[in-house]
Amino acid sequence: MTIFIPTPLRPHAGGQDAVEVSAATIAQALEALTHAHPGLRKHLFTAEGKLRAFVNLYLNDEDVRYLPAKEATAVTSADTLSIIPSIAGGLPPRQ
Amino acid sequence: MGILHLSRTVYEAVRAHGEETYPDECCGALLGIPTPEGWRVEVAVRAGNTRTDSAHNRYQIAPLELVKIEREARGKGLGIAGFYHSHPDHPAQCSPTDLAEAHWLECSYVITAVAQGKAAVTNSFLLAGVSEEDKHFEQETIQVEE
Repeated sequence: MTIFIPTPLRPHAGGQDAVEVSAATIAQALEALTHAHPGLRKHLFTAEGKLRAFVNLYLNDEDVRYLPAKEATAVTSADTLSIIPSIAGGLPPRQ
Repeated sequence: MGILHLSRTVYEAVRAHGEETYPDECCGALLGIPTPEGWRVEVAVRAGNTRTDSAHNRYQIAPLELVKIEREARGKGLGIAGFYHSHPDHPAQCSPTDLAEAHWLECSYVITAVAQGKAAVTNSFLLAGVSEEDKHFEQETIQVEE
């Protein structure tokens, strides 16, 4: 499958915007990705090995958090996985 | 100080968006080409603000919208250089919330102050640092190119 790498993580993936991996599940795909590019691990996972809260994963157009099997969801070579850090911000409450 | 290169069209589009959504915050993505002198932004893509519960002082871009924006950008040979949003009746400076919720290291966050409905100062801040733990904003010069 193809994993799309967002701009800030490309320096940790050899400068590539996409990485091809062979995997049967999303979790295996992430493992293959971080095995090939170990520098990505700390950006994607906490020290406890959990996906960082601000990292969104989309299998094609589906939010992995809402898939019944989540990261254990089966994938095929035709699938794409997008890694998208969240984008938000704002102002303090008005006085 | 780094430099963010914006085309005149992008610069005006970002500011106009802030005026249109006033008194709410606007937001969008900046697509461009990396150069040795920094990003050259060619396109500003408007995004919906999903924080409809508090749009006057919060913005959030739906990740799926960004997946689609990035897909389209890739097809045009462009990448995500950063994001923009507006600060209605507030200076064009990064807030603590802006920093806490910024996760695109080495990307630019452009902020336009919109005072009483009119675009005022536009600033850009690079999210610098090597990890989530030491990230910080560094102001950069906006160079508008005709």
